[in-house]
Amino acid sequence: MTAHPTSPYFKDNAHEALQDEQLQKALSNVRQGFIDKRAAVAAKLPEFEALRDSARDIKNHTLANLDLYLEAWENKVTDSGGHVHWARTAEEARQAIVDICRKAGAKTVTKGKSMISEEINLNAAIEAAGMTPVETDLGEYIIQLRNEAPSHIIAPAVHLNATQVESDFRRVHTHLDPNRDLSEPVQLLTEARQVLREKFLAADVGITGANFLIAETGTSVIVTNEGNGDLTQILPKIHIVVASLEKLVPTLDDVSQILRVLARSATGQEMSVYTTFSTGPRRPGDVDGPEEYHVVVLDNGRSAMLGTSFQDMLRCIRCGACMNHCPVYHAVGGHAYGWVYPGPMGAVLSPSLIGVDKAGHLPNASTFCGRCESVCPVRIPLPKMMRHWREQEFERHLTPATVRSGLGLWAFFAKRPALYQFASNLGMKAMAWFGRDKGKFKSLPFAGGWTDYRDFPAPQGGTFQEQWKARKGGRA
Amino acid sequence: MSARDEIFASVRRSLGVNGHEMPRREAVRERIAKAPRGIVPERGQLSGEALLTLFEEQALSTLATIDRVKGRDKVPDAIADYLRRSNLPARLRMGADERLAAMPWDKTALEISHGKSDGSDLIAVNHAFAGVAETGTLIITSGPDNPSTLNFLPDYAIVVVDAKDVRGAYEDVWQRLRERDGKGHMPRTVNWITGPSRSGDIEQKLLLGAHGPRSVHIVLVE
Ligand code: SF4
Repeated sequence: MTAHPTSPYFKDNAHEALQDEQLQKALSNVRQGFIDKRAAVAAKLPEFEALRDSARDIKNHTLANLDLYLEAWENKVTDSGGHVHWARTAEEARQAIVDICRKAGAKTVTKGKSMISEEINLNAAIEAAGMTPVETDLGEYIIQLRNEAPSHIIAPAVHLNATQVESDFRRVHTHLDPNRDLSEPVQLLTEARQVLREKFLAADVGITGANFLIAETGTSVIVTNEGNGDLTQILPKIHIVVASLEKLVPTLDDVSQILRVLARSATGQEMSVYTTFSTGPRRPGDVDGPEEYHVVVLDNGRSAMLGTSFQDMLRCIRCGACMNHCPVYHAVGGHAYGWVYPGPMGAVLSPSLIGVDKAGHLPNASTFCGRCESVCPVRIPLPKMMRHWREQEFERHLTPATVRSGLGLWAFFAKRPALYQFASNLGMKAMAWFGRDKGKFKSLPFAGGWTDYRDFPAPQGGTFQEQWKARKGGRA
Repeated sequence: MSARDEIFASVRRSLGVNGHEMPRREAVRERIAKAPRGIVPERGQLSGEALLTLFEEQALSTLATIDRVKGRDKVPDAIADYLRRSNLPARLRMGADERLAAMPWDKTALEISHGKSDGSDLIAVNHAFAGVAETGTLIITSGPDNPSTLNFLPDYAIVVVDAKDVRGAYEDVWQRLRERDGKGHMPRTVNWITGPSRSGDIEQKLLLGAHGPRSVHIVLVE
């Protein structure tokens, strides 16, 4: 089993999220921060758009030859003294990791930030085996204390405010002075740094994800700003990398192309602080670094996406830009999506990985505004793919009866243009008349889903078709 | 079938291939062998003083600090001076790098210890393999000369980089590393370091010194 989804209840989740004041306050940080930073840093690099094409092409080429690149990469890992473990399912990946930890007699297992480890629900398995997993990315550490899932793929605690973090630290760090001052974010950071430093030094095994696996050299790459991933992997005796198979890229030059668009798209930095290339275990003469290096490669439904209309989704480099720019994500946050991957990328990926029956609502959570595709560094056509899912959902009769009959009604009129114009004209005139005083409606029959949260504007100045005609097809 | 075989079979089934197609195998072999460069930004295509200036500006924009010195002999003094200016103790840890070892540390009052870090060192110095002007990035390769723990455990990281090792783009440094270690071979760890450690995880506010060094000080040697 993978991490337990609440995606089938997306509508309820979203409803709750919209009422949650703390969440709404925290989400304003996403709306303000990420968008401007990305735009500014992209504007500073004239080659940015061309690099996006390049990143897309590299990923497409790799996916088309994924079997051969996986082989080449595996040979290189083995040559450099590392071990590769293949996992078809989340269960197999968990098992492989727990076995390595057990064999090492591990007690404390530190972890760098890894969405794959969330996908396979790794922490629960490590705990069940009697070991203590410690998340070391500040955001991941905070949500681990709260027993929550990440709400964003690169900013896992973006749904929280500093006061919430403060009360969690007071609740858990009971060995520290209860009267200490934690009113400033930097004090929270310093406290986490101290607490986690001890864990880093005590850890027997360190687990990281990988942003890339490089076929040319058998290397895994992590990208962080904190340095926690590095302390996780260089201090313990054993370093385990857990990565899904689409992380492959051919060469060091190829990865450099993609790195030029990753941080810019993600945090709006020109380059993240730490980009680390790890190849095998420590070498003869080395004074630090792990004695063992393992990579657990996860499929979990991805190989079946190749060759389908969802293959393009496997280009995703998990930068988070699509959710940073998504009006739906801005409104409801990441938890509403109900599974590991939120936002537009989650709406496309989750149905592939856990089934359209469970995650079929997610592709509906889109206005099709197209901002996600316009910022995606590897140019994934996210809206088009959400449409694919909607079609599949409809074809498989998973769409609710109200929506089906609504669509049926619309189809009836759409096939009869004269009737459509007559009816829409009539409806519009009636609404304009009723709404003529205030110019908007506070509630409307059958439209509670809209008017519960915002007013519905009263129509003004004729139907779309009338206006279109008057403006000569928009050319006027 | 083993998990491995089944994954390969599934990938191939989905792609409609069998893995024995010669043109595919040739294309993959060639791409790995030739490692084509792709798009390299204009920005770093400079030389001489212009290249070093770009490196310096970019490093400063990542909130690193930088001193430029003329000649390796000047490095210990420059570092002693930096520590004094920053009100830091005159105590340093470093690895076995020969370039560092050959510097006149005994002419300063600095107390030097050697080896990896166990977490108790406040200040460490490593010698970079290269600098990349494009983004002000330092590239440090692991080994007894420059242990990786010195890049991450101390609160203050000092990195010495030779001006002649500063390149415009990452690709130029990969080329040098291939020449040093052989194509397809890598040291255990290659660290790209672009500024001091930071986190934005609390309310998206930028805070320095998350887990790694709060400060990165570069000494650029001409
Ligand atoms: S879909 Fe594109 S924008 Fe979204 S996380 Fe993936 S790479 Fe980034």
